[in-house]
Amino acid sequence: MTTAHEPTIPPPRRLRPWNAVERRLAKVGISGRVLVLVAPVLWLLVFFLVPLAVVFGISLATKQFGRPPYSALLSTEEGTVQLTLHLSNYIKLFTDNLYVAAYLSSIRIAAIATVITLLIGYPMAYAIARAPDRWRNILLMLVVLPFFTSFLLRVYALTGFMRGNGVINQFLGLFGIEPLVMMQTDFAVYVGIVYTYLPFMILPLYTTLVKLDTALFEASADLGARPARTFLSITLPLSLPGIVAGSMLVFIPAIGEFVIPSLLGGPGTLMIGRVLWDEFFTNTNWPRAAAVAMAMLVVVVVPIMLLQRAQSAVVEK
Amino acid sequence: MRRGWFLPIAASLGFAFLYAPIVSLVIFSFNESKLVTVWSGFSTKWYGELFSDPQLLGAAWLSLQIAAISASIALVLGTLAAVALVRFRRFKGRTLFSGMVSAPLVMPDVITGLALLLLFVAMESTLGWPQGRGMLTIVIAHATFCTAYVCVVVQSRLSDFDRSLEEAAMDLGASPLRTFFDITLPIIAPALVSGWLLGFTLSLDDLVIASFVSGPGSSTLPMVIFSKVKLGVSPDVNALATIIIAIVALGVLIATILQLRARPKKARG
Amino acid sequence: MAKKPPLAIDTRPWRDPKAKPFVRIRNVTKKFGDVSAVHDVSLDIYKSELFCLLGGSGSGKSTLLRMLAGFETPTSGTIEIDGQDMTQVAPYNRPVNMMFQSYALFPHMNVEQNIAYGLKRDGLPRAEIAARVAELLALVKLQDYGARKPHQLSGGQRQRVALARALAKRPKLLLLDEPLGALDKKLREETQFELVKIQETLGVTFIVVTHDQEEAMSLATRIGVMNQGEIAMIGEPTDIYEFPNSKFVANFIGSANMVEGVVTEDEPDHVRIRSAELGCDIHVGHGVDCAPDQLLWWAIRPEKLHLSRDKPAGIHGANVTHGMVEDIGYLGDMSVYQVLLDSGMRLRVTQTNTVRGNPDAITWDEQVYVTWGDTSGSVLTV
Repeated sequence: MTTAHEPTIPPPRRLRPWNAVERRLAKVGISGRVLVLVAPVLWLLVFFLVPLAVVFGISLATKQFGRPPYSALLSTEEGTVQLTLHLSNYIKLFTDNLYVAAYLSSIRIAAIATVITLLIGYPMAYAIARAPDRWRNILLMLVVLPFFTSFLLRVYALTGFMRGNGVINQFLGLFGIEPLVMMQTDFAVYVGIVYTYLPFMILPLYTTLVKLDTALFEASADLGARPARTFLSITLPLSLPGIVAGSMLVFIPAIGEFVIPSLLGGPGTLMIGRVLWDEFFTNTNWPRAAAVAMAMLVVVVVPIMLLQRAQSAVVEK
Repeated sequence: MRRGWFLPIAASLGFAFLYAPIVSLVIFSFNESKLVTVWSGFSTKWYGELFSDPQLLGAAWLSLQIAAISASIALVLGTLAAVALVRFRRFKGRTLFSGMVSAPLVMPDVITGLALLLLFVAMESTLGWPQGRGMLTIVIAHATFCTAYVCVVVQSRLSDFDRSLEEAAMDLGASPLRTFFDITLPIIAPALVSGWLLGFTLSLDDLVIASFVSGPGSSTLPMVIFSKVKLGVSPDVNALATIIIAIVALGVLIATILQLRARPKKARG
Repeated sequence: MAKKPPLAIDTRPWRDPKAKPFVRIRNVTKKFGDVSAVHDVSLDIYKSELFCLLGGSGSGKSTLLRMLAGFETPTSGTIEIDGQDMTQVAPYNRPVNMMFQSYALFPHMNVEQNIAYGLKRDGLPRAEIAARVAELLALVKLQDYGARKPHQLSGGQRQRVALARALAKRPKLLLLDEPLGALDKKLREETQFELVKIQETLGVTFIVVTHDQEEAMSLATRIGVMNQGEIAMIGEPTDIYEFPNSKFVANFIGSANMVEGVVTEDEPDHVRIRSAELGCDIHVGHGVDCAPDQLLWWAIRPEKLHLSRDKPAGIHGANVTHGMVEDIGYLGDMSVYQVLLDSGMRLRVTQTNTVRGNPDAITWDEQVYVTWGDTSGSVLTV
């Protein structure tokens, strides 16, 4: 035994393929880091950052008949390169009541829907976080499950539920109540947003709530706080990052929502996503649509920054 | 501690709200009548109709292909991005990079769709590629936003990865690349699987972005469903929805069971 | 500074100036940004040694170990192992293996696969790998556990698998990062002796990083005490404990009573120190490298002090002081007395409880004399 383990000079290293590949790459000046970064960086530059720049560029063009249906920014005339920028689309955004009203009503609808989602989602997240261990995973799965089923089909399911002779009205009919008009109203849009985005609210709330030490509540009760007081002064402040993250996860996509207002809303339901869609598909005014998109980006930038801060807080805890 | 009646009742009502529309949709998919909301007897005829609709079947096949390819591209790109974000603490442009990775998560679909379409049009007129729009452009668009989701999933797995496992492998003579394939990859495999599945589902689900970047003759399943639904409620959509819900429920169930079984293995050795 | 008593020449290589060190660390510095984690460390470690790097958190001991393994590259300085410069060699090309604090067992491989991993990387024939794995499993007494996955093992078993895996490639040098840190106290004591036994059987050089001084004392042939990225003292366990070279080492290892004093007599065979804090003179029975009127420190371990009710004779009218027992901590095998001296200083004194339930033991509020031998304390200048 002793002799078998006498420290010996290790056997000569055979050249193994991985080592050889690495050495060759290193010779051309390609380190592992560059290799890892190059693909995602290039992809995201070309298909995420550049497109946004293109949108900005085209928002400064005007509609034209032909292919593509917008004016060129750069033109060569008699040997000089001319850059033509049109601000008309942006001016239109501010002067035409349609756009201003659409932005304001998008923000209003998204905000109201977010508050409703929070009010419904918070007790659910809290109940799941406080549920016994063996229940918790099942309940979480029940929250996530609808998220994986098609978004479009869930919105569709709501139409079957809320239409004139739908499930709700048939149920109300049993009690002799007159059928309610729910479809094609702003109310239906709220229900649609709350229904489809509820999991996005519950998950971050759950993540912050489940991490709260139960000793905190016991300490608060021990120091004489009633349950409601404990909730207001302990639970609520500590779950604030979850509230912000969840709210932003609902609010941001809801602003640009297209499917819900077009399937559930009425002709009077103005939302900016729908305006952009119509501008593009119906009016084929691409530069105008691009300007609408740029303005929408400005609207969502602040919520996005709020979200990022809240998310890092959720993760850190 | 709040152990009253409020929380259980609120949670039950919430779950009822989440599931009632889906349940009614499933029930009415077996309805005899064409009137979707009036029950007139059990029937599976809408399922039969579904499988004899070539437009719907073609769209479903196209969507499945797109979802599989874009989820796979996103898996590679998202994993690389996650490795870079977790492992390379400092590099030039890190903030921009992490912003680019996570922004598609919250970017409104209409903006993403419009932006990519305008890019494709501009590229076609200047570079001659991609020629026209169809499956290729949809795949590129879907891979882009799925990358963000894969990255988030893999990132969270990587950040609680015990680095000393990799050091141990290198200490025992494995080169960095070898270590990645022998140690890192098998350990983050569950995250890769869920990232891929997430990408697959999201791609299968997307209506808005695909509508912008698709071309004639390349209608995805959500696009076909949307045009049907726009015209009014049709029972074969109920049947289709029921099938999709059944597949997803089964998938999530299996994933949950696998995860519960694999749990003890998560204890770090 | 305290002078060591003369030593018999023996087989310990670090006492032989002509012996060739096996690991040679020369002026190694490691900076992370502006902070140096390790600062200008030079250290020789000899073949078959069990060397302990002892220090608190942030002392740089782990960084030094990681530089030996190759996970960190020194900012400056060189590391030589067995005569070869290893400073820039990648970890996977070093004849060195490491046992990790977290054990770092690959969770998706079973015990055998874990142990065989390094051998496979060396491209050994399959039969030889199987034989070697069996041999190692026997060495760590886990013959029946080869097919288990790490999560099916207890903490102690995982520790042994980690050891077997690190030994599999027959490294010349084994690095152990807090090898017993994750075990509970009882298991740790058993494992300590097992570790020493394996080390002696195999004759491999061990370098162990630990923050636990008892562990270092009982394991090591020599200890390197680290403080703020520098080596504070290198020596055998008894040197470190009985002859600390600085106030830091005296305080860090065990507990010590430390007083300030001024040299009043400086002779080749003895030194006299006046200490106002202690309320008496200190007579040191050997020469010290110091000057008259120099301010210095004198440290003494609690067990080297004696308590008595009657006034003892003392040595040359020194080494006796007086106080009152303020507090007693009963630990079973011994009692710790806190004595409040007339000068206002508190001394810590331990007395072994040799008599069962001694009714005559010194108790609270008693007036006592404290005394010590003329070579019991250490004179410290830094």
